[in-house]
Amino acid sequence: MNKYKGIFRENLWDNNPVFVQILGICSTLAVTNSLTNTFIMTVSVVFVAGLTNFTVSSIKHLIPGKVRMIIQTLIISFFVIIVDLLLRAYLPAISKSLGPYVGLIITNCIIMGRAEAFAQSNKPLISLWDGITTGIGYMWVLMAIAFIRELFGFGSLFGIQIMPEGFQTWTIMIMAPSAFFILGVVIWIINNIKLSKESSK
Amino acid sequence: MAPDINPLVLLFASIFTSNILLANFLGMCSFISISKDMDSANGLGMSVTAVLTITTAINWVVYRFILIPFDLLYLRFIVFIIIIAATVQVLEMVIDRFSPALYMALGIFLPLITVNCAILGVALFMEIRGYSFIQSLVFALGSGLGWWLAIVSLAAIQKKVLKAPVPEGLKGAGITLITIGFMAMAFIGFSGMLIVQ
Repeated sequence: MNKYKGIFRENLWDNNPVFVQILGICSTLAVTNSLTNTFIMTVSVVFVAGLTNFTVSSIKHLIPGKVRMIIQTLIISFFVIIVDLLLRAYLPAISKSLGPYVGLIITNCIIMGRAEAFAQSNKPLISLWDGITTGIGYMWVLMAIAFIRELFGFGSLFGIQIMPEGFQTWTIMIMAPSAFFILGVVIWIINNIKLSKESSK
Repeated sequence: MAPDINPLVLLFASIFTSNILLANFLGMCSFISISKDMDSANGLGMSVTAVLTITTAINWVVYRFILIPFDLLYLRFIVFIIIIAATVQVLEMVIDRFSPALYMALGIFLPLITVNCAILGVALFMEIRGYSFIQSLVFALGSGLGWWLAIVSLAAIQKKVLKAPVPEGLKGAGITLITIGFMAMAFIGFSGMLIVQ
């Protein structure tokens, strides 16, 4: 059981895909101006990452080494198509506002990275866990960014008005640059926490 | 069907105001990891522009003449990504055959392009916005040039940043992201001149 706990910690903090490895930030930075969209996007990433890892790990003996990249891409695309169809059927409004970004989960480097680095050499169940926790590690950072952006950009959280009447919304927060600034500052804060921990050791 | 946008307007819009990287956040992974060195930035920018233009043209034709008539729209993610991967593979062989020097210079960048989200992103944007063939081509070319411009500018800025007294915790990815943020603000300054959605 300890192994599972270790992976959990590793993926959520020590080796977080966003602020340590700086992977997969492409498509989701674009949707972090709304908590709802970010939530749906990151849940989709958790789903695709977990199941891709599970599948890759289950059939790894059947895949010839030379073509494994393309097979992994196909497996990822398969799960992304499922997500896309589900969103279209049950959440058409969100599916529309996410636009092409759902499809872009295919090229999210985190998923391919975990399939290659973890699932190729581990058992299916633990790979599923690794995929899910990596997705959660990704989720919490993006949700934090979306929280700040939506709160100041629209004065709301999950679309519900939070800020008092007459609050001047910060337009920059819903535009592209703020996503870069906030992620940069988040990385800065986290590095500082890590540095101070190291120096106190 | 296709929106009524002059291709020239679309070209400038995709280079500046809706820059694929700075406004749509696509192609960030390779952007952040490669942007430390001018030559690599140039090589990658060139490859991305070429691959983007070629694959978008092929993707448009396949989308229009195969996926739509046969009602296979739900397969588009798989089809697009396979076409991109195949094009990169073929391009790699062609360059290796005709210009080994260029092949050596591009090195690992060519295969990396397959997973560059900008390529798939442009294909998906052209599909959603319903661009005509010429519009798609111009949009892809402009996006490639815009990406190239952005990565070369960032590589140039990074050279200065390396010598600057950056706080310890901000070094590396942190300062890079903040620099990109400022670049994005500068590029957004162009909007109002052209708006293309």
